[in-house]
Amino acid sequence: MDETEKIIEYLSLNEKKILPYVMLGYEKLIEESGLDEVSIMRALEYLANKNLIALNVEKKKIVELGINGVRYNKNGLPERKLLNYLNENKNKVPTLEESQKQSKLSDDEFKAALGVLKKRAMIELKKGKILLNANGNEVAKKMLEEIFLESLPLELESLAPEQKHSYETLKNRKEIVLIEEKRFISIELTEYGKKLSNVKFDEDKTEYIEALTPEIIKNDGWKGKKFRRYDVAASVPKIEIGKRHFVNQSIDYGRRVWTEMGFCEMEGKMVQGSFWNFDALFTAQDHPVREMQDTFFLNRTEELPPKKILDSVKKFHEKGDKSSKGWRYEWNEDESKKAVLRTHTTVLSALTLDKMSREKRNTDFSEKYFAIGKCFRNETVDWSHGFEFNQTEGIVVDKNVNFRHLLGYLNQFFKKMGYDKVRFRPAYFPYTEPSVEIDVYHPEKKVWLELGGAGIFRPEVTIPFFGEHIPILAWGPGFDRILMDYYEIKDLRQLYKNDIRQLREMRFWMK
Amino acid sequence: MTIININKKSFEKEIGKLDEVMLGKIAMFGTPVDSFDDDELVDNFAIEVFPNRPDLLSYQGFKRSFLAYLDKKGKTGLIDYSKSLKKPAKDYEVIVDKSLEGIRPYTACAIVKNLQLSDSRIKEIIDIQEKLHTTLGRKRKKAAIGIYPIEKISLPITFKALEGDKIKFVPLDSPGEKEMTGLSILQRHPTGRDYAHLLAGKEKFPIFVDAKENILSMPPIINSNSTGKVTNETRDVFIECSGFDFEILKKILNIVVTTLADFSDKVEIYQMNVHYGKKKEITPDLKPEKMKLNIENVNKLLGLNLNSKQLRGFLERMGYSYNEKKREVLIPAYRNDLLHEVDLIEDVAIAYGYDNFDPIIPAVSTIGSESKNEIIKRKISEIINGAGFIEISNYHLTTRDDQFKKMNVADKEIKDSVIEVNESKTEYNILRNDLSHFALKILSENVDASYPQKIYEMGRVFNLDKESNSINEKEKLCLAYSPANYTDVKRIIESLFRMMKVEIEIKEPESGEALPSHFIEGRIAKILIDNEVMGHIGEVHPKILKNWKLKMAVAMFEIDLEKVFEKI
Repeated sequence: MDETEKIIEYLSLNEKKILPYVMLGYEKLIEESGLDEVSIMRALEYLANKNLIALNVEKKKIVELGINGVRYNKNGLPERKLLNYLNENKNKVPTLEESQKQSKLSDDEFKAALGVLKKRAMIELKKGKILLNANGNEVAKKMLEEIFLESLPLELESLAPEQKHSYETLKNRKEIVLIEEKRFISIELTEYGKKLSNVKFDEDKTEYIEALTPEIIKNDGWKGKKFRRYDVAASVPKIEIGKRHFVNQSIDYGRRVWTEMGFCEMEGKMVQGSFWNFDALFTAQDHPVREMQDTFFLNRTEELPPKKILDSVKKFHEKGDKSSKGWRYEWNEDESKKAVLRTHTTVLSALTLDKMSREKRNTDFSEKYFAIGKCFRNETVDWSHGFEFNQTEGIVVDKNVNFRHLLGYLNQFFKKMGYDKVRFRPAYFPYTEPSVEIDVYHPEKKVWLELGGAGIFRPEVTIPFFGEHIPILAWGPGFDRILMDYYEIKDLRQLYKNDIRQLREMRFWMK
Repeated sequence: MTIININKKSFEKEIGKLDEVMLGKIAMFGTPVDSFDDDELVDNFAIEVFPNRPDLLSYQGFKRSFLAYLDKKGKTGLIDYSKSLKKPAKDYEVIVDKSLEGIRPYTACAIVKNLQLSDSRIKEIIDIQEKLHTTLGRKRKKAAIGIYPIEKISLPITFKALEGDKIKFVPLDSPGEKEMTGLSILQRHPTGRDYAHLLAGKEKFPIFVDAKENILSMPPIINSNSTGKVTNETRDVFIECSGFDFEILKKILNIVVTTLADFSDKVEIYQMNVHYGKKKEITPDLKPEKMKLNIENVNKLLGLNLNSKQLRGFLERMGYSYNEKKREVLIPAYRNDLLHEVDLIEDVAIAYGYDNFDPIIPAVSTIGSESKNEIIKRKISEIINGAGFIEISNYHLTTRDDQFKKMNVADKEIKDSVIEVNESKTEYNILRNDLSHFALKILSENVDASYPQKIYEMGRVFNLDKESNSINEKEKLCLAYSPANYTDVKRIIESLFRMMKVEIEIKEPESGEALPSHFIEGRIAKILIDNEVMGHIGEVHPKILKNWKLKMAVAMFEIDLEKVFEKI
């Protein structure tokens, strides 16, 4: 097929209609084509996309007459009316009321007129009367504003200084002038377009199908006709996709990874007693994390656990047992009742151990649990801090596991999260020993990212539950850093900003 | 986590070259490198010290342990400071007065001689003192350390309590070196003001006094300017550590004196007799502590197969000695963090090298499972997403203004339902009790995004249950659509429940029934499940829209999901 023929097949009906007139310019085009402006504009854009025309759309601000402006232009500005009346009654020195009534001005108009004339020293007010100072010549001379109104419409950008001045004074008065944005469209045919503009489309007897209608389908109406070609590469409007919040998409994935690895999900409250959040996890009562500056406490208390576990935990804080020295201080029950917004999901692990200890008779466990959830700390908010964060928690309860298994599970999880290189460093947490800090290697940035902690629960944590030490593997790395890395988000505040445009554009978690 | 700065030149001279490998070793020792700049103009680099190792809070302390960790010849194994420890000489006495009871009852003291001090050494001493104050000392509450030049004071020393207005001395950094009373120090001296809360409510304040009745200091606030200032000329010092827990005080004192002892071979540590009435304590006690360590436990917990010679080697690299026969570890006097055998086992793991462990997954299988509620929430999401809605996610904490004022909630109701946090560093200081106000807030923040806007949120809200006086946590679903009318959202909720095959009823509220305050009367309905109200649906009242500066109509619903979880 010849290139010109192919182009013709691309042209929509409207494009064909306007192509012969484009040389006449936009204004003529509207008249000649008989199409509405929206259709013309769209057709022009299509032609431009096909490189048949060069389209240049320029937006300009135009000063136009407002509703009052039209009236004043015809009948005179209020100041002109007043001036004329005063001039005609020079010898009378009329009162304010008289002048307003006779010059037929509204309150606003009269006020404005007085203001203008006074400012120009053409009149003077004395005891409720108006004295005319201007002489006949001055009265007869056209005001700048009058000249300006007569010359409208004008382009705002290219006003002369005196026009600019008139505009500034008039724009604050009610609807005398207004600004309208106008498009100025210039069209030029390209070399290729020139060739096509000579084609007599009326003589083209080929019928083109635009929309494929039910009638065409039913009656085989397409036979013997051509389908008008589409510009298949043309940009189209976006569709708004319904979707889960990107943080929840990533959490769902984390959930799937843990279940694939054989872990059961833990759930629980966000408001917890200090006993479970801290004491049961061997966190001494004077530990800095238990201060108000770091943790959200609520003005209320939560119930303490049954005496058996309470006494055992208390004992380990106060004096330990034959294997442990304990923290050695006077443990306070009231401190333990204080309600907190959980500072870590590890509180869910503590509650799970409690539940297991109450359900089972022997301790031959082989159980694995996980949680992914919100935790809280009293923090200011900036690009790297927030008062809410997501943590992923895991425990493995089995007498026969050891430190190497801990590293094994973590390795596996982070591999599935997309990090092939994981590094473990020594760390410290009150409730684990040995403790581990997890770093993952970021291959593009070539840096180690610190993702959080893990370890084996201390005997002081496990003995109160089970009466013996079971080396429970436990971890609780932050989750936000992982998902921020995936979505390439640098500012933590973005996670909960809920910018609808951003949410619409946000890609899916493709794992 | 505490940061300490280390001079690069000293490190390279006394420990080794600071290259990539060395930085890696520092991290694997358990002191991650906080910042390191290659630039020669930068003198120091910084490392982090975990709270269980206060003995590493000075360069001396770090160097001692790190050289052993690097397996440097002659540097491994136990340093037994008790061998060179000197018994109390004449007048090396501290009398602790009964008046201190309930105020600051304990002190542990020592005398250290033959210090050769320079400006940098003095800075090191002040540094470790301050770092121990903030960490182990819990900002001086639990313990405070004072160091005094012996040449300025006369032994023996008395530790007692005295009324604030009777205490008179010139404190350090006193403007114009003026004498101040104990009370005026707390009110006017900058350091006094910072720590005044530690003596709040006490009638008497603790003071150290020498044999000539000169006041040395008023712990835990400040030292005297004449007797409590260490200078380049100082050779011998008196050190006290005061607080509430004698065991902790002794440990802190040990960290300070062993750090000073590491300055040079010439330094001598003397014990002092501390008299509590008739009872006498001799401090410092630098005798190594003993702890049993069972090699089977080490191998079991770490998943290794070490023999006892290997175990001894690793323990020596962490500054311990190990008696293979007795299965006993000797712990150096500066360590205070070892509560249990597992603490020793962690140190063995550090010496073995965390990077040398071979990670494995046990061959025991377990069946994984997801929370049922989470599965249902995901399904609800799928259905709503199908209708083109985008999920939003908000904080669980909110503000009174957003939750109540902008929603036109009556003051009486606010009083009954607000759950406040004790202190917040942001304006978010109450727990949210619904999701609807957040949905309107998000619409309000997005008026410049194109319409229609279709959003929803699933999440937890908090309500006070007055009967049991407990906080109910419930999962809720809120959906908002703008511009939209009642029909638009009723279609969505009905489709949602049809897809879940759960029956609900949508009914007109009865007159006088309690309703959310943000809907238009006559365009609000209650949603029932099993004849129980689970939420409301309606068109938002224009006055509420105006509160949120919204220009488009909003129709929305919020429902309780707990009942749905039960039904499925």
